[in-house]
Amino acid sequence: MQKISVLLFLIWVSFLFYMGIALFTSGFLLTRVELTNHSSCQELPGPGTLPWGSQGGPRACWMASRFSRLVLVLIDALRFDFARPQHTQVPGDPPVSLPFLGRLGTLQKLLETQPHHARLYQSKADPPTTTMQRLKALTTGSLPTFVDAGNNFASYAIVEDNLIKQLAKEGRRVVFMGDDTWKDLFPGAFSQASFFPSFNVRDLHTVDNGILEHLYPTMDSGEWDVLIAHFLGVDHCGHKHGPHHPEMAKKLSQMDQVIQEIVKRLENDTLLVVIGDHGMTMNGDHGGDSELEISAALFLYSPTALFPGTPPQEPEVIPQINLVPTLALLLGLPIPFGNIGEVIAELFSEVKDSQPRSSALAQASALHLNAQQVSRFLHTYSAAAQDLHVKELHQLQNIFSKASGDYQRLLQSPQGDAAALQTVIAELRQFLQGVRAMCIESWARFSLVRMAGGAALLATACFLCLLASQWATSQGSYFYTLLLPMAWGLAGAIVCAGLLAATGLTLDLVVLGALVAVGSLLPFLWKAWAGWRSRTPLAALLPRPGPVLSLLLIRFAAFFSDSFVVAEARATPFLLGSLILLLVAQLHWEGKLLPPKLLAMPRLGSAAPAGPPRHNSSHALGLGVGLLLCIRLAGLFHRCPEETPACSSSPWLSPLASMVGGRAKNLWYGACVGSLVVLLAAVRLWLHRYGNLKSPEPSVLFVRWGLPLMVLGTAAYWALASGADEAPPRLRALVAGASVMLPRAVAGLAASGLVLLLWRPVAVLVKAVAGTPRTRTVLTPFSGPPTSQADLDYVVPQIYRHMQEEFRGRLERSRSQCPMTVAAYQLGSVYSVAVVTALTILAFPLLLLHAERVSLVFLLLFLQSFLLLHLLAAGMSVTTPGPFTVPWQAVSAWALMASQTFYSTGHQPVFPAIHWHAAFVGFPEGHGSCTWLPALLVGANTFASHLLFAVGCPLLLLWPFLCESQGSRKRRQPAGTEADSRVKPQEEEEPLMEMRLRDAPHHFNAALLQLGLKYLFVLGIQILACALAASILRRHLMVWKVFAPKFIFEAVGFIVSSVGLLLGIALVMRVDGAVSSWFKRLVLSQQR
Amino acid sequence: MPLNFPLAAHTRQTGTRATTQENTMKDTDIKRLLYTHLLCIFSIILSIFIPSLFLENFSVLETHLTWLCICSVFVTAINLILYLVVKPNTPSKRSSLSYKVTRFLKCCIYFLLSCFFFHIIFVLYGAPLIELVLETFSFAVILSTFTTVPCLCLLGPNIKAWLRVFSRNGVTSIWENSLQITTISSFLGTWFGAFPIPLDWERPWQVWPISCTLGATLGYVAGLIISPLWIYWNRKQLTYKNN
Repeated sequence: MQKISVLLFLIWVSFLFYMGIALFTSGFLLTRVELTNHSSCQELPGPGTLPWGSQGGPRACWMASRFSRLVLVLIDALRFDFARPQHTQVPGDPPVSLPFLGRLGTLQKLLETQPHHARLYQSKADPPTTTMQRLKALTTGSLPTFVDAGNNFASYAIVEDNLIKQLAKEGRRVVFMGDDTWKDLFPGAFSQASFFPSFNVRDLHTVDNGILEHLYPTMDSGEWDVLIAHFLGVDHCGHKHGPHHPEMAKKLSQMDQVIQEIVKRLENDTLLVVIGDHGMTMNGDHGGDSELEISAALFLYSPTALFPGTPPQEPEVIPQINLVPTLALLLGLPIPFGNIGEVIAELFSEVKDSQPRSSALAQASALHLNAQQVSRFLHTYSAAAQDLHVKELHQLQNIFSKASGDYQRLLQSPQGDAAALQTVIAELRQFLQGVRAMCIESWARFSLVRMAGGAALLATACFLCLLASQWATSQGSYFYTLLLPMAWGLAGAIVCAGLLAATGLTLDLVVLGALVAVGSLLPFLWKAWAGWRSRTPLAALLPRPGPVLSLLLIRFAAFFSDSFVVAEARATPFLLGSLILLLVAQLHWEGKLLPPKLLAMPRLGSAAPAGPPRHNSSHALGLGVGLLLCIRLAGLFHRCPEETPACSSSPWLSPLASMVGGRAKNLWYGACVGSLVVLLAAVRLWLHRYGNLKSPEPSVLFVRWGLPLMVLGTAAYWALASGADEAPPRLRALVAGASVMLPRAVAGLAASGLVLLLWRPVAVLVKAVAGTPRTRTVLTPFSGPPTSQADLDYVVPQIYRHMQEEFRGRLERSRSQCPMTVAAYQLGSVYSVAVVTALTILAFPLLLLHAERVSLVFLLLFLQSFLLLHLLAAGMSVTTPGPFTVPWQAVSAWALMASQTFYSTGHQPVFPAIHWHAAFVGFPEGHGSCTWLPALLVGANTFASHLLFAVGCPLLLLWPFLCESQGSRKRRQPAGTEADSRVKPQEEEEPLMEMRLRDAPHHFNAALLQLGLKYLFVLGIQILACALAASILRRHLMVWKVFAPKFIFEAVGFIVSSVGLLLGIALVMRVDGAVSSWFKRLVLSQQR
Repeated sequence: MPLNFPLAAHTRQTGTRATTQENTMKDTDIKRLLYTHLLCIFSIILSIFIPSLFLENFSVLETHLTWLCICSVFVTAINLILYLVVKPNTPSKRSSLSYKVTRFLKCCIYFLLSCFFFHIIFVLYGAPLIELVLETFSFAVILSTFTTVPCLCLLGPNIKAWLRVFSRNGVTSIWENSLQITTISSFLGTWFGAFPIPLDWERPWQVWPISCTLGATLGYVAGLIISPLWIYWNRKQLTYKNN
């Protein structure tokens, strides 16, 4: 019962975290489904005939093209007021107040001298105002969110229909120069392109000068239809100096010069568009949704007259994406499928004949095409996704069908008046604007309330972990304190949710979950508050000792700096190494490290478990150095984040199949298989040392026979996979079949092994007991079978001790030369043996999903966690009657090691770095329509280290008990060194090892709960830091590139870790239950 | 070597005269400690300014290795001189020349060993293994200068005594106490010096190992300043059992 309540409590805490994550995510990560449909020239978006069909020229599509050429000058971060004309009182006297005002004189001159040819707009960009998202919007006409749920995460390439794709399809020559983001977005779409690196924000001139080198020659050569120049200088100047710096004036003047030069070279059939993709704040940053960030300049000019009227005094405000349908129709292209922008109608009016009706008709036809296309998109989208409001959708469809009907009627009657046309135009625009508003509502708005709520929930859950981990061991009847408020809150919350549902208010599932979480939290917090005043102050709850707390704080703070997030692969080993040296130094400081006979430098003996064990503390220094060495070696398998150009990834992370050169390949293959064999041998040796591999229990049999089979299967699969191309054609089919079957076989073996382990987790050699029936029973206080749990608790250690005496007596008589068998009855190590076996069984299929050479990292992983456990055990003393605690440094080191292994297995928290090939292990042909299986495989590959370390977490509690046997053996050594005199033999009995935990089952459960809570806390503050960083820095340049992916990875990692933790603790509890029933059976058999 | 209980909660009652005598002794000791530490700081400042008189283009950041060497030499020299002048520990009974020579040679070997030891630790902490070996090694040299040289001066080539000083209740004099503080603060400074390396500020001092050496120097200087103050502050609580 206690066990179940421990598990329930942990599940509840995890649930709180999940709800916090979900609530935050729903406010922060706006999602949208990407459709891959494309518009085509031949197919109109709706019923109707081509309005200009009769006179369509060679470049006519949905409409006849008005311009055959386009020059698009994209000046990054050209805020609207940078381009705004200066109406100064004294002409010719530039205002000196602000360096960015009035620098683009060319625009002003064009607007004044050629009012029918030029027009300036204030375009409103949609957040997120980061360049990549803006470029997507400016070519697809939609509202990109951070997670565009497409089918391709591996690259940034745009899969939606877009202008560039349409241009390429129509065979136009698109020439690009500038920011290399375009290369990732539109791979291979340009007929000619010069890309310049955009990453270095401090460099104001490389990109711009590079463009200028190519721009004029290209324009003069005439070998282009569309020319795009993306200048970055203004944006970089904003990031480096801010808009109020004199450098900005220089940069803008240079841009003015460029525009002037381009205007000189324009021909009559060419349209010039000067546009800023977003604005910038007072400090020069962008990414968010403040007024300064979203207002950008948009300037249109053509040597032929464009507009019937003169420009208004104050430039018109239009949404930025309106440019997309406008450009598409002006250039004679179909509007991109997913566009929701509205054409700029005045560009489609007839300039030459000033008859109002034909002008209005032209506008109406453009708008109608636009509306048809948007309606088609809405129809397709709402069939694919459910995130649009159904009711609004219906209303909009009604508006559209009415407007469309009116328009058709007007077309039928040629003498319809201009006023009727105007109403149709108004209706169409109403429809388009309504669609846009609805899409913004569901796609493009941060919900600050949800973000704050999610972060608060996460913080409260962390606090709860601290509080409960304190209570778990200190209080007597803690289960009622913990369970009761939880049950109350849960019930109350469910009732509340039921009421809400009954009253008919539609409620988001996420909000509902969060409400349940908060509701269940409140009584708990209330109880904490009520019992507060008498209790210890808040500081007593925090992790101790001080250095560990400061280490955790540093790690917490590091999530707020993009540099540290990018460099986390190096920072984590650094922190881990510091923690390890701190542990060693602390041992020394306490005087536990050294026997005064120093300089007999302790060997690294513990790496080989078979070596004769020495006293724990004497080789703690060796353990520390060995750990540092392991961490450094694992750091060699390092994959570079893309933001650091100077770094080169380790070549060892690529699969062997990509290697050329047979000899090196063979050597590497040998090393990989060798590491597998060493891993297996080490685990078996360890089991042999602490347990007995001769037991006939099925799980032991599996370790003896199943694990080697798995190694064999893995090795064979690697051989096939790395040499698949070299197979003779006759064997191709066989090889293909084997490379499908082998991984599945290994996974199947692993699954059966786990099932066996769960079925019979206790592998104790019972034969000896059966062989020596004893007459003198230890159970003198009792008559009859044990009835209560308390009886059993009392009896069990007695039996254990008794058995050990028995065995020792026999064995010393028979094989006295063998010192290994003292603790070798598996009962003392019954929990950890189960956990280690489970870890090994889990590790093999996970290993199979990685590249071959990562097996070395897995070997290092096992080695270093082994060393760490020993080092931690050296610092901990076993408190016999309980309460048992796991110190904070142990938990922090474990969590740090989990994230260090995440990096050293070749991962990075960005989407392009995910190992997609893992989805094809065992499924070389792909998965068809199934999506959960590849997701599972890729997820298992990515979060393998999280899973392994979380499942292995109970070892932190168990290991000190395991190491007890070594200490006791030392005691019996005759040499009376000073170290021995310090460790006085308090008791003469054999080490009970993990049976001590059974001595005090109450404390055992409490310790497991505390361990789980502490681990959840350490992980929880990481996810909290990520969430806070993402929400505070949502204006940051790197938010979508660094912070948001980090948050997602950390969130999924947290979920995997918490599930793993629950599984690990459940496994230990299962073993505990099995041991209980085993003892019960034993007692019963003795009774007879 | 009996070396227990140097730090008791309060002084035992050993007679008023003895206590006052002890206190005055301690005050003079603290004063001497302060002066020696000020001299050490002065030597570091000198190492920044003197070379620019003789060398062209000298600056701490640009010709960093040169500065490291000079600083190391200066600090070592001043430590040696101070050791010879102040004589903080009781002189050894054996004073034959051969003994002194072997002792000195041993010290040199220990210094070299500690340099190699620090180098290995840096590499284990993530310093590049093959590139920038010279830089890493000179960093190890300067850290040894700040930590090992005072240890050698004060305690001699006697690892046992070192380990004693750096454990709980191990210090037996003001000098050892200040040694403990300066050494630990040098290490802490080095550790914190590694933090700015990943930041993208692109300053010249973020290059390996400049920020770390600067951190070590700052930590050392901070330790030199803090330790007399700390000892002065806690002089009532500190009692050392001198052997």
